[in-house]
Amino acid sequence: MKTIEVPALARVEGEGGLYIGVKDDQVVEIRLDIYEPPRLFEGFLVGRFLQEVPDITARICGICPVAYQMSSVTALEKALGVEVAPQVYALRRLMYCGEYIESHALHIYLLQAPDLLGQPSALDLAAIAPDVVRNALRMKKIGNEILKAIGGRSVHPVNTCVGGFYRWPDVFSLTALLPELEWGLEAARDTVRWSLTLPFPDLEIDYEFVAIHHPDEYAVMHGDAISSSGKKTSAADYEMRYFEEHVERSNALHGHTANGGTYLVGPLARLNLNYAQLLPAARAALADSKLTLPLKNPYKSLIARAIELVNFYEEAILLVNKYLPDSPSHATLTLKAGEGCGMSEAPRGLLYHRYRIDEQGMVTFARIVPPTAQNLPRIEADLLVLSPRLIDMQQDQATIAAEHLVRSYDPCISCATHFLKLRVENV
Amino acid sequence: MTLSPKTSLKPKVAVYKFSSCDGCQLSILNLEDELLDLASAVDISYFLEATRTVKPGPYDVGIVEGSVTTPHEADRIKEVRAECKYLIALGTCATAGGIQALRNFARVDGYVRTVYPHPEFIHTLETSTSIANNVPVDLEIWGCPVNKGTVVEVLAALLQGRRPVFPPSPVCVECKRRSLICVAVAQGIPCLGPVVHGGCGALCPANGRGCYGCFGPSSAGNFSSLVNSMVPLDRYPNETANLLRSISCYSPAFRAAADAALKLASTREVK
Repeated sequence: MKTIEVPALARVEGEGGLYIGVKDDQVVEIRLDIYEPPRLFEGFLVGRFLQEVPDITARICGICPVAYQMSSVTALEKALGVEVAPQVYALRRLMYCGEYIESHALHIYLLQAPDLLGQPSALDLAAIAPDVVRNALRMKKIGNEILKAIGGRSVHPVNTCVGGFYRWPDVFSLTALLPELEWGLEAARDTVRWSLTLPFPDLEIDYEFVAIHHPDEYAVMHGDAISSSGKKTSAADYEMRYFEEHVERSNALHGHTANGGTYLVGPLARLNLNYAQLLPAARAALADSKLTLPLKNPYKSLIARAIELVNFYEEAILLVNKYLPDSPSHATLTLKAGEGCGMSEAPRGLLYHRYRIDEQGMVTFARIVPPTAQNLPRIEADLLVLSPRLIDMQQDQATIAAEHLVRSYDPCISCATHFLKLRVENV
Repeated sequence: MTLSPKTSLKPKVAVYKFSSCDGCQLSILNLEDELLDLASAVDISYFLEATRTVKPGPYDVGIVEGSVTTPHEADRIKEVRAECKYLIALGTCATAGGIQALRNFARVDGYVRTVYPHPEFIHTLETSTSIANNVPVDLEIWGCPVNKGTVVEVLAALLQGRRPVFPPSPVCVECKRRSLICVAVAQGIPCLGPVVHGGCGALCPANGRGCYGCFGPSSAGNFSSLVNSMVPLDRYPNETANLLRSISCYSPAFRAAADAALKLASTREVK
């Protein structure tokens, strides 16, 4: 029996392995093993004060801490019935721009591009294309600089609270970023053009795409989840439709029937569902690319990320220019018992949180559904689609091809360990 | 130890991940201005987050992110120790057990039942512990996340054959040096700054909030004085105790101080 085994996936966030078993030219088993240790966040959030939550949930993921902070505060503000000021919302979006820029630049150039260019890492890529890697690092740095200007540091920033921000950043610290942001916007446009020249493998999947949608903006925090099959779901109903459904049908996936039931969150879903809300430069980049939507090739999520890079550089410039901190930096909270759900679009997909709090503001229940947990059954199903090709390849080529497919979803395994139960049940 | 770049071979560096969020490894990848120079000064031999190339050990320097929380990790850290001449614990998970060490204060199976419908599938230890609790460690770098400038300083010092220089003062002194207004004195906000190791640059007081201890206990901290002055400022039940029992909760100094804060808060409630 031939097997393709990747004991430890490289260039992904967190620890996972991959196993594909083949017998008589048929794939008999596909497993994406997550051995990232469980860290039990939902357990120890219970008993903490609500203002501690964004600092604690940030620690779920070092690459997308802002997403965890934003989904947390959105849910907790819902539980308290608090509306944040428009200036707060604008600064939260700017922070999210920073996270998208650092995370997408990292993934495009340092994590996925080496696969497309036949290199083991971006450090090796730097030896043959130093300018590409230097520009990538410069692009990534600007995202981190936005986070640092608003939150003090790029990993686990400290300024986000339920109700808004502890303090407004000063105007100059943000406007000082404008020259680099302007450079970054151009570099992002170049990234889209460059991405179109990359040798993506052919693979088209009929995905059920799911993303937050808002008619007036490229949705990141506000709006309902919509799907490519036309379902619309508010945050309050999200668990009913997706999480529960997900569990049931993932068991179906165990039988490898692959008759749907899985869905995809992340950049492909957002671009396909929300392209009409892109800002002008990003819409122009999309039009120039001559791509036909929906994009159904998982590897080409790199192109979707590149178009989003243009969008978020463009939005960051707009938001910095409009930045006018003329309201209190955070709402005054009146504590009361309640329950609230929050959704936001982490760079790698939709992130859902739900909390219950008591009358003193202490958390009594927490539920977190990270994007990679939602994508894992789909990743396994896609590996199954890819598997006939893998069987014909040499072992090392097949290994790289399977790894590349997994990496293209930008999986965040530290986050996804909440879903460990599914992986075990599937075995 | 000295890692001289003048020797014919570049020092081999390995970066490992244990139970963590990846943020400290990311702090290495976030060295945008130094990363390529760093990669030419040392031989990055094992760093899965960055490269699929794995060169065989032994390694001159091992950098470990994360804490030990599973039976597998408890075995693996011994292998890591054996294959690295000089072992660095990177970040507060590796130096104190991290936020996931909150399990050490409760029964872990209760948490597992809260998070997972099938707890019988979960293999985890009762505790989350630092690397030094498991194997001898040559150097600890605190921070959640670490200050990436400190990472550069440590690697540069190793290459130059000198001792690395760490920020000498607690957060409180960093705060004074920035001429920030004290949030505890001026606004009555509990702040751990006087007892927390410097390195962040007093980020939280600069943002109008109290320090919550990402960089762990300062060796010179007067914890009993801190507890006595901060507990009366608590704005919600056990605020000071919660600040201590957070990111660096399982460091011995914070453990004892959190117990003292809980005790003091309960006597105050009785009054």
